[in-house]
Amino acid sequence: MKPPPFKYHACRTIDEAVGILDSDPDGSKVLAGGQSLVPVLNLRLAAPDNLVDINSIESLDHIRVQPDHVAIGAGTRQYVVERSDQLHSVLPVVREALSHVGHSQIRNRGTVVGSICHADPAAEMPAVFLTVGGEVTAHSAAGTRTIGSDDFFESYLTTALEPNEIVTQVKFDIPSGRTGWYFEEVARRHGDFAILGVVALVSLEGDTVSRARITIFGGGATPLRMTAAEQLITGAKASDIGGDLLERAAIEASAAVRPTDDIHASADYRRHVAGLLTRRAVTRSLERAGSPA
Amino acid sequence: MAMSSKQIVELNVNGIPHQLLVEPRKTLADVLRDDLGLTGTKLGCEHGVCGACTVLVDGRAIRACLMFAVQAQGPEITTVEGLASDGELDHIQKAFAENHGLQCGYCTPGMLMTAHAFLAENPEPTREQICEGMNGNLCRCTGYQNIIKSTAAAAKAAK
Repeated sequence: MKPPPFKYHACRTIDEAVGILDSDPDGSKVLAGGQSLVPVLNLRLAAPDNLVDINSIESLDHIRVQPDHVAIGAGTRQYVVERSDQLHSVLPVVREALSHVGHSQIRNRGTVVGSICHADPAAEMPAVFLTVGGEVTAHSAAGTRTIGSDDFFESYLTTALEPNEIVTQVKFDIPSGRTGWYFEEVARRHGDFAILGVVALVSLEGDTVSRARITIFGGGATPLRMTAAEQLITGAKASDIGGDLLERAAIEASAAVRPTDDIHASADYRRHVAGLLTRRAVTRSLERAGSPA
Repeated sequence: MAMSSKQIVELNVNGIPHQLLVEPRKTLADVLRDDLGLTGTKLGCEHGVCGACTVLVDGRAIRACLMFAVQAQGPEITTVEGLASDGELDHIQKAFAENHGLQCGYCTPGMLMTAHAFLAENPEPTREQICEGMNGNLCRCTGYQNIIKSTAAAAKAAK
């Protein structure tokens, strides 16, 4: 038997789940797809007294595409989101990013919201959330609040959520205007956690960059927005974004990441890759936005 | 630490309903092996990396080490023991046997279950699609070339 003993609660409603969490916030864990939590339990890195299973709460299983955002429920599996053509038509970066989340067996159980809440800095979905922007809806016994993507990630595996809160859905903003996107990660094996990766959205108004979002993941304690690089290209004409500007954006990105050495790669290598991926992300996003770059 | 007590769990495995008394902390993989004696499902890493414990839940491949048995009540569970019928290997098992798709055999049940789910969704896969579809399973013998070959042969045989 791998995990330490716990009391198992198969909750039918959000209120029921919130009630258990509120009665023992520090001793309870929310179980959705379990693809991050169960390994932690199997390795006995955590020993919650209460496991609050939200898989049977039907209202949490949804994808709702609205004019300005997409809402994804906390029970919605990654493979369902990956296959949603409606979502793909408004946010194509999501399908590409999801194809890199674990392996098919993981995506068959894992949830998009769970991955965001787990907040692994090398994971894809937190980086997508930070890049596209949006908010999570968190429920507790005290009520409901929303937390914006820029305020959500605090540190390694740490978010702005309180221990007595459950996230019921995430909203991804749909970008306006002609928007190009890019996703790439460097990993030892397709499906493994990234050594380093990039997610980008670049929007054009006419020939001018109206908005740029570039996120590096695997390069610090949280996914990191490359704000200096974003500012360099925002307001620039797409036709002017070439060698010199790209080089400066790459240098800014290399300086902005906070990587560490590990057995897979050195911090220096990660800094180098951060610059390379940022340059590539800008170039390819501009191409996709429909402008010669 | 909370005491976890046993509870009744109803599982439908390879078409046979079972009623068991298990602790909620017991994974589906452990219940299949220890309580039902279905030791075809292997355990390698027990944290979702190696794929040896892959089984089908309503036709979808999942890691049986990352799901508690108590969560698997309702759907149809298929293990490697459910593939052959009347002593006859199914077409994917045959393809693995004929194409040297196994060496020590430890990863094979997981490979077979993954191949089943993969080929059901991709009946005419390219080699690249096979590599991606099968890449959640590790083979410590490193016999990947013949596993890919076997999966391709199984797709052909199903036509």
